[in-house]
Amino acid sequence: MALITCTDLSFSYEGKTVASHINFTVNEGDYLCIVGENGSGKSTLMKGLLGLKQPDGGSIVFGDGLSANELGYLPQQTAIQKDFPASVYEVVLSGCMNQCGLRPRYSRQLKDLARLNIRRMGMDAYTHSCYGSLSGGQQQRVLLARALCATRRILLLDEPVNGLDPLVTAEMYETIRRINSEYHIAVIMVSHDVQSALAYASHILHLNNTPEFFGTAADYKKSQASRLFLGGDARD
Amino acid sequence: MIEQILVIFSYDFMRRAIAAGILISLCAALLGVTLVLKRYSMIGDGLSHVGFGALAVATVLNLAPLAVTIPVVIAAAFLLLRLNESGKMRGDAAIALISTSALSMGVMAISLTEGMNTDVMNYLFGSILAMSREDVYLCVALSIVVLILYGFFYNKIFAVTFDESFARATGTKASLYNMLIAILTAVTIVLGMRMMGTLLISSLIIFPALTSMRLCSRFQTVVISAAVVSVICFLAGIYVSFVYNTPAGATVVLANLFVFLVSVILGHFRHR
Repeated sequence: MALITCTDLSFSYEGKTVASHINFTVNEGDYLCIVGENGSGKSTLMKGLLGLKQPDGGSIVFGDGLSANELGYLPQQTAIQKDFPASVYEVVLSGCMNQCGLRPRYSRQLKDLARLNIRRMGMDAYTHSCYGSLSGGQQQRVLLARALCATRRILLLDEPVNGLDPLVTAEMYETIRRINSEYHIAVIMVSHDVQSALAYASHILHLNNTPEFFGTAADYKKSQASRLFLGGDARD
Repeated sequence: MIEQILVIFSYDFMRRAIAAGILISLCAALLGVTLVLKRYSMIGDGLSHVGFGALAVATVLNLAPLAVTIPVVIAAAFLLLRLNESGKMRGDAAIALISTSALSMGVMAISLTEGMNTDVMNYLFGSILAMSREDVYLCVALSIVVLILYGFFYNKIFAVTFDESFARATGTKASLYNMLIAILTAVTIVLGMRMMGTLLISSLIIFPALTSMRLCSRFQTVVISAAVVSVICFLAGIYVSFVYNTPAGATVVLANLFVFLVSVILGHFRHR
């Protein structure tokens, strides 16, 4: 069974439909990229998957033993205050909240999990640094470590490279690829960077309020939808 | 100085006021860090005005002041959060609307009775003598409840303060904890406003948090430092107000302002 199955999903804001007829599945180990223009419903779909927005119709079914609380999530950079006084360790540890229940303190295992994920993201030298004093790329790594604490199965990323310089962007894509292939965590990424999406993703969902395309990245390159979106020269 | 401190502690009402004041300062400082970081600072101010209105009406109707005020202010806190979350009205506008309405109702209630001018002054600017023995007991009990709840939910409060949508997405009931923060704030404000005054109580929430954020870079140290700063400023303020016979609430606020300015200067040097 698939990790996530979306059937005829639709969303609206104040009665105005922004996305509809969305059908797709995400399986164990998939790397799905959701692409589309601004206002095509990408971010709304992401909010729907995270349970932050109720769909108007259709269904989102979590399968394969995945529960709706076990999603790792990397929000858009702008969603978090830059000057928040918190150490890297405090931020990453807060990702373990979904395994804490009502207990007031984090267990030793969860603290170890936080340290492990800080190390995995190469941030161990900054464990006790202030989150706000880090560079944009470093902050993203910290938030990735936090997301990895929250999940073992699937990671949702909302425009993860927005506002990063080209070098850091390349590093970020490499890190996400590593998370997908080495840690066997499925990835769903919203992005408007189609070229990189094609380079890394296994599957593409092209949204333009309704899905223009859903399938493997290889098929997408041959499709009509990509030719319109990429401007015709994507076939090489 | 030691002699004067002994004199202060020889008065029954001073001992009570200090005990209640320390606990209120602690509660206000802890909650203040969250409120400032969540951009909810003005909620404290709005709620204190609602508190004034409720207190005035309760006095006119001869009802027990705290028993009426606390539920009314908690209800106002609920309402403010709802308006904020639903996005139907801008949060700051909602606060201004509710606080001025409550203030006017309080003033109307007072104007219906005569000869209450000193009481009005006490409500607005606080009085150390305003707390009866029963008030102090209630105050101590409720402050301890606030502190215990804050300690118990500390990690969740951090998660919801740092990134509400992440917390929500991973199954933390963010609106529940927002509600908890609002209720704890409402209780703290009502308890503190008799002594500090409705116009001044919100400073107890905002100043220690701002001071500590200048100096500390971890959430935990910010919270601890805010608690320490708040209690020290309160004690210093009470001492000065006793020795120089100045109003307690205003003196405590000025002590907080002084420490804040020192922290601005220190922070400036540290970040160079």
